[in-house]
Order: sequence, then C-alpha cells, then structure tokens
Amino acid sequence: MKARTTTGGRVDRSKKIQFTFDGRSYEGLAGDTLASALLANGVHLIGRSFKYHRPRGILGSGSEEPNALVTVTRDAARRTPNLRATQVEIYEGMTAESQNRWPSLEFDVGAINNLLSPMLPAGFYNKTFMWPRSWWFKVYEPKIRAAAGLGVAPTLPDPDRYAQQYVHCEVLVVGAGPAGLAAAAAAAQSGARVILCDEQAEMGGSLLSERSATIEGLPAMDWVAQTLASLRANPRVRVLARTTAFGYFPHNHVGLSERLTEHLATTPANLPRERLWQVRASEVVLATGGIERPLIFPGNDIPGVMLAAAARTYANRYGVRVGERIAVLAGSDAAFEAAVDLSATGATVAVIADVRPVGSIDGPGYAAAKSARLRILPNATALGVTGKLRVEGLQLGLIGADGQVVAGNTIACDTIVMSGGYTPSVHLHSQSRGKLSYDETLGAFLPAATVERTRSAGFSRGVSGLAAALNDGATAGAAAAAAAGLHTTAAPLSASSLDAGLAGQPGALPQLAGLIPPKKAFVDFQNDVTTRDIALAQREGFESIEHIKRYTTTGMATDQGKTSGLNALGIVAATSNRRLAEVGLTTYRMPYTPVTFGAFAGAARGEQFDPVRRTPSHDWAVARGGVFEDVGNWKRTRYFPIGSEDMDAAVHRECLGVRNSVGMFDASTLGKIEVVGKDAAEFLNRFYVNNWTSLGVNRSRYGILCRDDGFVYDDGVIVRLADDRFHVTTTTGGAARVFGMMEDYIQTEWQDLSVWITSTTEQWAVVAVQGPKAREVLAKVVTNVDLSAAALPHMGVAHGQIGGIPVILMRVSFTGELGFEINVPAEYGTDLWEAIYAAGQEFAITPYGTEAMHVLRAEKGYIIVGQDTDGTLTPDDAGVAWAIGKTKRDFVGKRGMERPALKAANRKQLVGLLTADPAVVLEEGAQVVLEPNRPIPFAMIGHVTSSYFSATLGRSIAMAVVEGGRSKMDQTLHVAMPGGDIPVKVVSTVFYDPQGARLNV
Amino acid sequence: MLVIECPYCGARPEPEFAYGGQAHVARPSEPATTTEDELLQYLYLRDNTRGLFRERWRHVRGCGRFFNAIRDTTTDFFVTTYKVGERPDLPGVGA
Repeated sequence: MKARTTTGGRVDRSKKIQFTFDGRSYEGLAGDTLASALLANGVHLIGRSFKYHRPRGILGSGSEEPNALVTVTRDAARRTPNLRATQVEIYEGMTAESQNRWPSLEFDVGAINNLLSPMLPAGFYNKTFMWPRSWWFKVYEPKIRAAAGLGVAPTLPDPDRYAQQYVHCEVLVVGAGPAGLAAAAAAAQSGARVILCDEQAEMGGSLLSERSATIEGLPAMDWVAQTLASLRANPRVRVLARTTAFGYFPHNHVGLSERLTEHLATTPANLPRERLWQVRASEVVLATGGIERPLIFPGNDIPGVMLAAAARTYANRYGVRVGERIAVLAGSDAAFEAAVDLSATGATVAVIADVRPVGSIDGPGYAAAKSARLRILPNATALGVTGKLRVEGLQLGLIGADGQVVAGNTIACDTIVMSGGYTPSVHLHSQSRGKLSYDETLGAFLPAATVERTRSAGFSRGVSGLAAALNDGATAGAAAAAAAGLHTTAAPLSASSLDAGLAGQPGALPQLAGLIPPKKAFVDFQNDVTTRDIALAQREGFESIEHIKRYTTTGMATDQGKTSGLNALGIVAATSNRRLAEVGLTTYRMPYTPVTFGAFAGAARGEQFDPVRRTPSHDWAVARGGVFEDVGNWKRTRYFPIGSEDMDAAVHRECLGVRNSVGMFDASTLGKIEVVGKDAAEFLNRFYVNNWTSLGVNRSRYGILCRDDGFVYDDGVIVRLADDRFHVTTTTGGAARVFGMMEDYIQTEWQDLSVWITSTTEQWAVVAVQGPKAREVLAKVVTNVDLSAAALPHMGVAHGQIGGIPVILMRVSFTGELGFEINVPAEYGTDLWEAIYAAGQEFAITPYGTEAMHVLRAEKGYIIVGQDTDGTLTPDDAGVAWAIGKTKRDFVGKRGMERPALKAANRKQLVGLLTADPAVVLEEGAQVVLEPNRPIPFAMIGHVTSSYFSATLGRSIAMAVVEGGRSKMDQTLHVAMPGGDIPVKVVSTVFYDPQGARLNV
Repeated sequence: MLVIECPYCGARPEPEFAYGGQAHVARPSEPATTTEDELLQYLYLRDNTRGLFRERWRHVRGCGRFFNAIRDTTTDFFVTTYKVGERPDLPGVGA
C-alpha cells in the first residue's frame, strides 16, 4: 500500500484485508472500497472502454463512476458484472476482475477499435450495417451483440434470497449528507415516522470527505454520529445505509434497493442478499447532493485523470494519495480546495492551471491554495495528456489576451485532477415529474415546480456552504413533517467549513472550441462519446437534444449521464449558438443506478412465481405417471400412459375405452358460478342467449354466452337447482372473465335485478363418468337416486350420496356417450375419484385425460370456445344458433348479431373436413383454399380449428371455419401445406353417432 | 403505483384495481329500436380525451365494485371517484 498516508481517513488501519484483482493479490484496509484499495496500491488502470477499448482508470469516488466497472465473483453462480469499483466494499478474499478486455487489461486486442476510430463515428452502426438488408439478422446483429455489452452475466440460477417489503412513513429523506441528516432529525422531532436512506455504506455524504469542518462546535463526523445515534434510538425512525432510492413513482411511491450481504466475506444464511423497499411516503425530502463535472480536453480519459472531489475523498476519507506528482486543472473553486488537501497527503502539486479568466478566479479555495503557496497558473488550459496506460504529463496551453491559445510547457505529472463545477443531482425530482429551471449563476438546472408532495434540500437545489445546507435541510424536514400534519420547528444549526464555491461552467472549455483536437476529448466516458461525435451529430442535422442523445448515445446506459449530461448540453449550446436553458434537458430515467433482477423478482421465482392449481386427482395421476398440461394456472392430466405408450397410443386406448365400456375424467377445473336471487332466471335470460325461465328445477341446459357485439364469448352447462338458484359452469379458462362480465352487467346495467353471484369453482370437485357402462358403475356406488333413463334422462339432475358423501349428479355428456358428471364438495374430490375408480374395475374403467376428451368431443362436433371459435364467430357461425331464445326481447348480443355483416351468407362457418387419405391428420391452423394450383396471390377461405386421429372411426377428422361452409357440403376443398395441398371433403361436424342413439339410453 | 380512492373502501394501491374504459356509455336496451348508428357508438366508438376524462374502474381485488372516476389523462392523477349512479360536475370535464 505504497500510496497510503500514514494517518487520517476513516479506514481502520488495524484491519488488513486481502483481495485479488485480475488474479493479483493486494492488501487493503477495512473501510476501503475496491477503488480506494487499488489506488492505495498504485493501481490506476481498471478497465477498458466500451467502444474503443481505451485504457480507463477511476474518475470518481461513488455512484457517478462511469469507467471503473468490475466483475466481483464469489462462486460460479454469484458473479456480478458492471459494479462500480468506487462503490464495492472490499472483504477478505474478494475476487474482482476488469472487463471488456482480451487477453489482458494491459494488452487488449479490441483496442484496435481505437485506431479504427475515424471509421467509428457517431451513428456508425446506423450508417454501416444497412446493406445488404438480409445480413442484419444473420451477420451484423450477432457480431455487434457479441462485441458490445459490458461484463458477463452468470448462467447458473441465482442461489440467493431477495426480500421485498412495503412500508409507509410520513417523511422519507433520500440522502444522508448534511442536509439529509438535518432534515431527518427535524422531521423525527415531530413524532413523524421517518425513513432515512443513503446509497453509501457510511452515512455523512460530503462530510465523509471533510478534514476540518465542524457542526454545532463538534468535528463534523462526531455530529453525524450523534445525530445518527439519536435517530436510531427513535423507534419511529428507520435508517437504511447501502440503500439506493432508484426510482420515484406516482403518489410518492419510492423504490429503495438495500444491499445486505454484498460487503460481507461470509454471508449469513438468515440474511437476504438484497431487500427491495417500496415506500409510500406522505412527504419526501430529496437531499441528494451533487456530482462534480469533468473538464473536457484531449486525453481526459487516460488513467490518472480524476475528478478533484474524488481525489480529495480518497485523500481525506480513505487516506490514499492518488498520485505523487499531481497537476490540477481548475474550472471551479473546489479544485483549489482539493489541491490543498492533496498537498497535505505528501503529494507534490505541480501546478494548478485555471481555465477561467483571471478576474473570475476567487473564493475560499483559491485563498487557501495561495496561502499554501501552491503554484497557480491562470489563463491556462489543457491541450493534451501524454501517457498511455497512465498519465505522464499535462500539455498546457496558454490563453492570450485575444483569446488565442498558444502551446505551453508539458508539466510532468502522474495524476491530473479536474473540476468543472458541480451538477446538483436532480434525478429523483425529475423522475417525480418535477420541473427544472436553469440557474445562470450556478450553471446548473435546479428543481422548480413539483408534481408530487416532495421538496429538495441542500445542494440538490443549489444551496451551497455547510451551514446553509444544514439549515436548508432542517427547514425542509420540519416543513415536510408539518405538511404531513405534524408540528415541529427547526432549530438553527451552526457550522464552519471552507465552503469552496460549487459553481462552474458546463460544456467544453470555450478556449478549445475553435480548435479541432487532434486527440479524443471525452464527454461521456461510459459510452465513449467525444466532442467530435456531438459536433458531427449537429452537422448531420440533429438539433433536438433528445435526438443527439440517441444518435451519439451520450447520457445513455447504466450511467444515465451522471457526469456527462450537462457537459453535453453545454457543447450543444455553444456549437448551436443557443443558451443552455434553450437546449433543454433529456429525461432522467430510473433506475438511478442499476438494480438487480433478483431484487425485483423477490420471492416470485420457481414454485412461487405463479400459483399452481391442482385437481383432486392430481396426486393419483402423478403416482400413475400421468402427463400434465398447463391450462391457465391449472395442472390438468393430458393422458395416462401405460408402460411405454406415447401420447398417440395412450389417447387411442383411452378413446376406445370410453366408447366400448366406460371412462372417467377429472372435470373439476370447469369454472362454476352460483347465481342466486329472485331474479336469477331473469338475469340469465338477459345474459345468456338461451331461454332460462322455461328451465325446470333439477334440469340443465347447454348455454351460450355472447358479448354485446354478437360474438361467442363462452359456453357451459347451466343447472337450475331451485327456482332462485342456478349452478352455472364456464370454460376452464373463461371462469374469471365470465364472472367479471356478470358483475359488470349486474352492477351497472341491470340494477333493477335482485341477483347475487358467487364463484364456486373451487368449492366443487367434478368427476365425469362416460361410456355405455357409466350407469352400471354409478349403480354400484350411488345411493338414493333412481338412475333409470326415465327418472334421470339426458340433462337431468339428481341429488344423492356416494359412501355418505352428498353428490349432485348431472346427466351430461361431452363425449356423446351415456354420461354423468358427479359434483361433490371439493374436500371429498379425491375420495370420489378413488370410489369411482374402484367401482369401475369390473368394467375396466379407463381414466382419460384432456387429449382424449378433445378427440371424443370432436368426433361429436362439440365445439371448444377459444379453439373452434376465436371471438369473431356468432352462434350461427359456430353451428349453435339453435340455443338462442328467439322470443326474448333482449339479451347480451341480440342486437349485435342482427347486424347485416353478421348475417351475410358467406361468413366463415364451422364445418367438418375429411381428408381424402384417412391417415393424414391436418395441422390445426392450416389454411383452407378453394383451388389447387392457383396463381399467387390467392384467397384463403378459412382455417382448420380442430384436427385429430379418431380411434373410434379409424381415420382422421377435422373441423374448420370456411366461408359459406354450410353451402359447400360434399365439395372438395384444399388445405395448403408447405409439402403440397391436401384435398379435403366438406362434411357435417358430427362424425360419430349423428342420431345421438348412444346418448339417449 | 397510484393510490386510488375506492368510493366504498377508501384509498388503496393501484394493483387492486382494474381499468374499465370510458364511463357513462349506456347500453341500448331495446334491440328492436336500436339503430345501426347507435349500436356503432355503443360498441366501438370511444373518446380519447386529453385532460379530464370520466372513466370506469373496478376494485377487482378488493370489494369487487365498479365505480367511476374523473382522471387527468395528461398527469395520470385522479381528480375524484364516485359511485355508480352519481355524476359530479367539475369545470373542464366533458359529459
């Protein structure tokens, strides 16, 4: 640690920490970030840039860092790319690596891009990869994708746990610098529930980097400790360190991401890795401080060029000397303040070159530098930097009285620190849709009108100077508490510090504006955007700052222009002769810094990603090797293979089992709605197309539901259990939306009706017993029911018991066979399933799944809404117009289906199709055409909706919607397939037992 | 995530609610006398207001009730919510 000072700073010199960077071992101290520890070891080269692969070092000291992105790896599944080394806290044994280089950081093949850079201007991708068009997907895009991006994400599942918590408070304070701490203290005094969060490990903000500031007569950090202790002791206050307020959402909903274990060498099993806080605050105080701006000059990205505030932070907070011989480039008074503190670390300050005109150089920093006898050179500028992997010298330019720049000396140095003034961090204010206005004196956009109940405090709204920032924070905290209905007054706070001015001047140095720099001068370090790129974009006609941003990529990606935004605006303003305020700002987007997918996913992964609905026969089916399919959130058994059967073989056997003897099917997933009330029948009359007033008690009817536009929406059997009580079934997938539609009409259109509905889908388990032997199976188990055809005819309903369980027996069939659906309270579902299976053994009962159910119903031409219909078929198109109650005055869809277009003769109608070759099974979705060998283009007159091989019929069957289909009976049409047309004959949709002889037994 | 005032339950977070489109679109209840134009209006034509807009919401993961709201489509924010059958007048709100 050759660059570590002997005393000072907030690191613990008694706790040494070993870590590796790019495979080499280094030693740091407890309290170090990866950046400060590497700098303490004299390591400045940290990464390669995104586009040109230029060597890059450390620019900043916090979340503003655009260059020093690293990957930290704990194990194969815990590899986190694109972390800012300035925010990574080191722990014993940490493994960190640089990114975007191959084979090594010092020698990187990709750096050829730097030599090719005349060919890589702004908009390069857009201009170059245009032609030939077909190459885009196959060649250009994959190559660009492989070359682009930073870091590599792990491919293994994330083994860690992520927590999420919702919380309410009266006052949320973002940022725990002087203003934020004072705000939180003032708000807490009122009795408000307060949350104070800060992205750093240690609270104190800018005070962490101060050497001699005092507050209330105490050393500043003692005041911080005292304030934090009193906040932490208050049960109504929550203090969250390592917690970034990353997004400001409507109605004071603020997202915080808290990192709990990233800094620990061993992670306790009881702690989540991160916690996502969703805060709903009555009032928000934004005390987010500001970020220093780089100066723009050729070579300003070479490792060793650093922000002055960052260098000062490394000196005062971490006890690290960022260089031995330092040149300071001043565009603000803060640079002088930094120079004084750097000189105190034992480094030599070779020169302070000030880019401002002589008369405008003043301030407490300047005075301190003068009294420290540092060498100050006014009217100077930087023409370039020598060195490749590390700064070796600063090429000075001297500004003459006429504004002309003449080349000056090259000052030998290993580090250059720069300051172009500060930019207030208005990201969250802007995300909350607050307005910004430009302050000419400060050269900064400041928060103006707010939309949310929020206020900014301290430097984030342009208040500089420690005492002023403290009191501004305290006032804001008290005002926030008052606005939330609590009362307190902010006591004035006293403080002393150097208070170097924070003003500067955004944009490129004006004295360089006329020069075309021979070397690159970077505006946006993360996206490798230079002054020339921005000038080029404007020459090519991009005027709007939003367009320039997208064309040059300045201010994009993870960095969101934290250090580059205002400088880019300054350049655009200068080159287009506009005032900066006229150029306007681009949108600040969330997140403020990247948030992991894990934090957003929380517990919603694997089993917890989405609820799973299981039927009563689920475990039984699993035990017998049943194959499942997802229907909505339901797991339904698709088929029950025996031995090595594939799906076709199993379905073949299951279908024949039902037709020849008896089968059983778990129909519990059907949607069920109980409709109750004296107007229940009238409600169903208005809602479904059928007539319901004529339906007797303990009788059922197949119902069709349309929307008001006249198109089929759902279907299902409806049972009248009593005069004022109906049991409505819906399709499995349609249950929720039918229920919602019923509520809509009951609550809004038909308030005259006395009717209530309840979802009973999960209250009833249903087993369908279907086949010629179904009655004999039931006779063995059902008591107190006369099962004879006379007593319980098709669509009849009876109440009885099975083994003492109360059952509702519905004689309905979705197979065309004699069939029953047995309804029991859901808790008896498994018992029922097993009782039926046992009783059916004598008849070799076949459990069948959804696939066989589909084949069996298609053989009978029974439609499935959503498969054979698609929201554009009327009941007549679907062949179920017989269900419509013709004498009803009104029902949902009645007027809609009267429209001329919905009654046209040539509408698509559902028909059956038989292939000429009975072995050929059509593809569902295939297009139907009139003529073979037709010229292109040609009309498609319909498509196949259902298609299966029917074991019962020993051939393929299909249903299709075809224009004027019912008038095309027995005609030959063609199904267009890539391998050639397949001739088909149009037939009735009922392929099996058209007389219904098997049903009515 | 907005906070929405259900007229029956009070303030609740947005995920409890479902949007229901433009409010006060009356369903023609006499099919025999409903003209093609009236039907077109009812089924398909909706306003696309910039500014204060009357719209339907449902507290679907709460009390289940439908209600109406006046919301500013330029800011997303609700101005007021009200029960079915009510119709508060506000300056600048269309019928």
